[in-house]
Amino acid sequence: MPIASSLPSRGRYGPYGGQYVPETVMAALEELEGAWDEAWADPRFQLELTAERHAFVGRPTPLYAAQRLSRHFGGATLHLKREDLCHTGAHKLNNALGQALIARRMGKGRIIAETGAGQHGVAAATVAARFGLECTVYMGSEDMRRQAINVRRMRMLGAEVREVNAGTATLKDATSEAIRDWVTNVGGTHYVIGSAVGPHPYPRIVRDLQRVIGDEAKEQYLAVEGRLPDVVVACVGGGSNAIGMFTAFLDDEQVRLVGVEAAGRGLESGLHAASLGAGRPGVLHGAHTYLLQDADGQILPTHSVSAGLDYPGVGPEHAWLRDAERAEYVSCTDAEAVAAFKLCTRLEGIIPALEPAHALHWAGVLAHELGPEGRILVCLSGRGDKDLDSVEAFEREHGG
Amino acid sequence: MSRLETALRASDGVRLVPYVMAGYPDPEGSARLALAYAAAGAAAVEVGVPFSDPLADGPVVQRAGQAALEGGMTLAGALRVAEYVASAVPVVLMTYVNPVLAYGPRRFAADAARAGIAGVIVPDLPVEEADPLAGWLRQAGLDTVFLVAPTSPDSRIASIAERSSGFVYCVTVRGVTGPRAELAPGLAELLHRVRRSTRLPIAAGFGISRPEHLVQLRGHADAAVVASALLERQHRGEDPTGLFDELVTACR
Repeated sequence: MPIASSLPSRGRYGPYGGQYVPETVMAALEELEGAWDEAWADPRFQLELTAERHAFVGRPTPLYAAQRLSRHFGGATLHLKREDLCHTGAHKLNNALGQALIARRMGKGRIIAETGAGQHGVAAATVAARFGLECTVYMGSEDMRRQAINVRRMRMLGAEVREVNAGTATLKDATSEAIRDWVTNVGGTHYVIGSAVGPHPYPRIVRDLQRVIGDEAKEQYLAVEGRLPDVVVACVGGGSNAIGMFTAFLDDEQVRLVGVEAAGRGLESGLHAASLGAGRPGVLHGAHTYLLQDADGQILPTHSVSAGLDYPGVGPEHAWLRDAERAEYVSCTDAEAVAAFKLCTRLEGIIPALEPAHALHWAGVLAHELGPEGRILVCLSGRGDKDLDSVEAFEREHGG
Repeated sequence: MSRLETALRASDGVRLVPYVMAGYPDPEGSARLALAYAAAGAAAVEVGVPFSDPLADGPVVQRAGQAALEGGMTLAGALRVAEYVASAVPVVLMTYVNPVLAYGPRRFAADAARAGIAGVIVPDLPVEEADPLAGWLRQAGLDTVFLVAPTSPDSRIASIAERSSGFVYCVTVRGVTGPRAELAPGLAELLHRVRRSTRLPIAAGFGISRPEHLVQLRGHADAAVVASALLERQHRGEDPTGLFDELVTACR
């Protein structure tokens, strides 16, 4: 049976997903599910979304043949889906745009968001400005330090950025705090979750909005190459760019799907964010999925040089694609990601975000494995201007 | 009739259910405090299990949980605290679902029953996700207490009441735990809506912190859960039993 059509319709991906949230937001999740189904089936909503994607986001984004990287990696054909060219610099706007439209449709005048690298926060602040919505973004104090430019962008756009000091002061804690805000202000507020995580219907909404990446890429790839790629590669934190890229290819069983998690300082060091590679199933932020947790079920601190991958959970659909063996999940260390970041910058004149630099590292590994006949498609989910400080700091620390 | 149902049913006045965080300030301290509440008139005691990411809790409970975790408290440790307390007063254990999944739901139900615990509250487990845990708890003879919120429509209130045993926990506010100056407007109406759906006792919780709140709850709720107001005294290094005595007096 094709994978895509065997997905359960109501919030479950095999044993994963669900709605593990306080009762206070259950009615809001039900309202959101109904509103989303209705909007998604409404041609006027689709028309508006398409028009905004075109004129505001800058879609379709190009498919780029990375010839010098390709030669460097031994000759395999390598294409990059240029989500870094989306307005605001990452794929995150695809999701924030659609969620702002649904917030407006539901009559909610305020949106809230969590952010790690700041790209989703910037996307939420951007659509809030575009549609005249009030916006509050939760961000860990550690992430505010390493992504200071994005904090300034959000504030310039009119959003309130609230610093989260609880726990590890990163994306996990910002997400918890955003959910607490939603529990408190659920009547007039829409929670714009930033990745394919959280309680049903969020993973599905985020996939519906991000699948444009893979739908476009597949069409573009067929147009220029006349066939499908052998492998599609994307980085996985929560997994929104990856699920957006993978969805179009799920039923093309000859296409390998490879998700790349952050191995941080190495899986054996314990300082990483590879929930699929080193975690066990459990419940965090409303969903049953793979988590980094201790033997007692407490969520563990994570580490990645890339703030956007620094999260102890993963979208429930990825958990299921892993178990179903439809997608493979591998990992890439901080050092490997920084090296790939520099390689892409110097060979292609494209500064990638540190998140997709993890995918670029694996494009190199797969290119060597497949040889010159291999065909690889990578989701370049965002641009790396925000990461210059992090890369410089990494090199100072590790003598790069 | 279950132990909790018997303990919380109020023909007049309001029964009090104080909260202790297992392991805060330390395992012995939390058990001793629970016993002091029992001696001072608690109808039941809620024993909290600390969790790293407590979505339904405000800063006061978060801080107590963080301290308990730093002291090494676990679900297994909380069961030991609860066992000690359960000899004196009915205990309802409050835990987020992930520690239970890590422990194993079936083993948890059996061990909780062995510890003498009367019932379990899981704040991130709505009725839709209740099984298989609720099934194991029922088989072990424990009550499963589900929560109703001000945002719950009548249809949800009915299914929550139907699945609950022991009592129904009525969240009084839109929001997380934490002391409030006043009870939420519309609370009496919410409690009345819940009352129409169930013959179980109804406990009000979240935000209840002052004697006058308990006076206002009389005739509307059978019981009140008080957590943050007591933990706040503990955070300040004060003995929370003074406040508890005031609350008990207001309940009569």
